[in-house]
Amino acid sequence: MAEAFLFVLMGIGALAGAVTVVIARNPIYSAIGLLGTLLSVAVLYVAQLAHLVAAVQIIVYAGAVLTLFLFVIMLIGVDKDENRDETLPYQRWIVVALAVVIVGFAAGVTLFGNFDWVPAATTTLPESTNGTIEAVAEPLFTDWVLAFEATALLLTIAAAGAIALAHYRRREV
Amino acid sequence: MVDPGWYMALAGALFLIGALGLLIRRNALVMFMCIELMLNAVNLTLISAGRALNDINGQVAVFFILVVAAAEVVVGLAIIVAIFRLRASASVDELSELKG
Repeated sequence: MAEAFLFVLMGIGALAGAVTVVIARNPIYSAIGLLGTLLSVAVLYVAQLAHLVAAVQIIVYAGAVLTLFLFVIMLIGVDKDENRDETLPYQRWIVVALAVVIVGFAAGVTLFGNFDWVPAATTTLPESTNGTIEAVAEPLFTDWVLAFEATALLLTIAAAGAIALAHYRRREV
Repeated sequence: MVDPGWYMALAGALFLIGALGLLIRRNALVMFMCIELMLNAVNLTLISAGRALNDINGQVAVFFILVVAAAEVVVGLAIIVAIFRLRASASVDELSELKG
């Protein structure tokens, strides 16, 4: 019952934030809408026992990524108005068709989905330990250790690339 | 326990709004935020599926997606700032630097 209450409340919050991201004219409002969605989704993670992922979501997304977004918005400035005239033919209709397909697919899966094909659980966890740091770290450092090392390399490359781009100067002719 | 299908429906709606924003908006920053929205929708489905199957690997996958998303944001925002310094514009329609 508590989870259903949380789901409705945070679902509405997430959707409202998402709509704000799309329709807000000022990018700052878009960023705040994104913050609302991220926090709502983090609460939904906790409701589904994914405690570590919820904490990482708040620290990495709501903390680091959104701060970065706000810095760049302030750097670039928000005064320039966006031209919203559509130049590509039929694009709006393609969007509507895509929306119908995706919503129809999600509704079809939700209403008529047959979950019999879903395989049995590979690792069975008691509810109390599901989503703790130990539970997530155990497969992370055994089954997926190669992918974990690859992400370390990826983060190093991303940081080096960002610094290289920040120091980029147009060559004098 | 809420049926996982409801979480899937919510994630589908979030993904849809993100895709819509990516197609409608022209400000590179807002398009980036829409990509983040779509990533979050996918993460939500992975968490829900992992819980429905009682499999911790769903959460491990979300962890990796978070790392890749963070790297993507760092490089993407650096590119947007670099382009802004050249063109003084964040609109993707005005970009034609690679045109021969």
